[in-house]
Amino acid sequence: MKRVVITGIGIYSTIGTNLNQVKDSLFHGRSGIGIDPFRNELGFMSPLTGIIETPDIKSVLHRKLRKGMAEQGEYAYMATLEAMKTAGLDIDYFEKNEVGILYGNDSSAIPVIDAYNKIIEKKDTSLVGAGSIFQSMNSTVTMNLSVILKLKGVNFTVSGACASGSHAIGLAHMFISQGMQEMIVCGGAQEINAFSMGSFDGIGAFSQRIDAPQKAVRPFDRDRDGLVPSGGAATLIVESLESAQRRGAKILAEVVGYGFSSNGDHLSVPNVSGPQISLERALKQANLMARDIDYVNAHATSTPVGDGNEAQALFNVFGGKTPVSSTKSMTGHEMWMGGASEIIYSILMMHNDFIAPNINFNNPDEHSEKINIIPETRNAKLDTILSNSFGFGGTNSSLIIKKFK
Amino acid sequence: MDRSEVVNIVNDFLIEEFEIDESVISEDAKFIDDLDIDSLDFVDIVVIVEKNFGFKLTAEDLSKMPDLKSFYDFITERVNQ
Repeated sequence: MKRVVITGIGIYSTIGTNLNQVKDSLFHGRSGIGIDPFRNELGFMSPLTGIIETPDIKSVLHRKLRKGMAEQGEYAYMATLEAMKTAGLDIDYFEKNEVGILYGNDSSAIPVIDAYNKIIEKKDTSLVGAGSIFQSMNSTVTMNLSVILKLKGVNFTVSGACASGSHAIGLAHMFISQGMQEMIVCGGAQEINAFSMGSFDGIGAFSQRIDAPQKAVRPFDRDRDGLVPSGGAATLIVESLESAQRRGAKILAEVVGYGFSSNGDHLSVPNVSGPQISLERALKQANLMARDIDYVNAHATSTPVGDGNEAQALFNVFGGKTPVSSTKSMTGHEMWMGGASEIIYSILMMHNDFIAPNINFNNPDEHSEKINIIPETRNAKLDTILSNSFGFGGTNSSLIIKKFK
Repeated sequence: MDRSEVVNIVNDFLIEEFEIDESVISEDAKFIDDLDIDSLDFVDIVVIVEKNFGFKLTAEDLSKMPDLKSFYDFITERVNQ
């Protein structure tokens, strides 16, 4: 089995549009949450959302290369530019070497809605426009980036709900460790627009704490009342150790474990045993004991049942000492992107010797009081980190990264 | 609508929507060779012509218009019918 390392990271998020901004936000516990007045006009139960800066994509990409990109594709392109820069890669390298792409994405609402409206108005599909089909498919991110970057290796999108980005990295680990690919562009992307979140809002999953948006996401806190949707994109360059050393690349972390499972239980209500199997499998693959994990970046989204069940699973495996925090307390729920972005947040903590706070954790409940939640930034040397991602339908993914030695 | 108005509208959308460099736009510019218009761009040209001039180009229409001169002429004739 080949060793698998991360040599490039890039992020475009609600807590910063580059690595430096994001590192500062994580360290200082800054929230990216706000109110979208349009959601009030639309009758949303909750107008809370992550607030993101619109990227100036026109200045970096010609129309021909961006006309098939939806909102989340633009975020993914910006994140990928930064990941390529940190990895010391350019398109010339991708043209001359077989590089793949595995990216998490599980929706593309606006192009579908726009096409529907056009067809109803014109009764003529030829007036929908050429970009729509390429924007509207779940694979929009991988199809666009693979063309723009001239990638010639494995190429598909991972749609695993809120674990999509995490599964993408896990699958990259599998492809590379087995010698099937040398390098894969990985990540996760998430659209933020109101229409993509209407049906999710409709099931009452979002926080109602509109009087204090930045206090709304409170993972593990006794008074949590739901998640806040968010988004952006995160890209990682994942490659074999031999490839990284051959290129003389700086190695940011090693991917040592990928665990997964399915609850086989309920569409929206998570359980304890499924996540527990996922993180035990990750530990087993990494050949590590629970005590070897220095920090857990929890999935915890701030929902009453989900956080409680994750706390139980974490206690069952790690006991009460391992430090735990949910960066979603600051970012909101980045969904299809979250599994990838949270590996980047973990790498930033690893390289800057701190644990990002689980902000708004004021009072534990019966489950979270048993685990070691970090409510304020803590200085810490982190060698080994586990990151959880769980999604609708009971899909679970756990990744373990280590400082490269 | 006279021909010069049609030329202005067409040139505007070629520059703004298609991001074609103004310097390559001329009466004898060929869609494929000079303006780098591909099959997907032709789909968008149909959409933009419908939006700006109120009629729908067909594939057969487009096949008879290799350059901008014939395109300007065709649109001018159609909008003044």
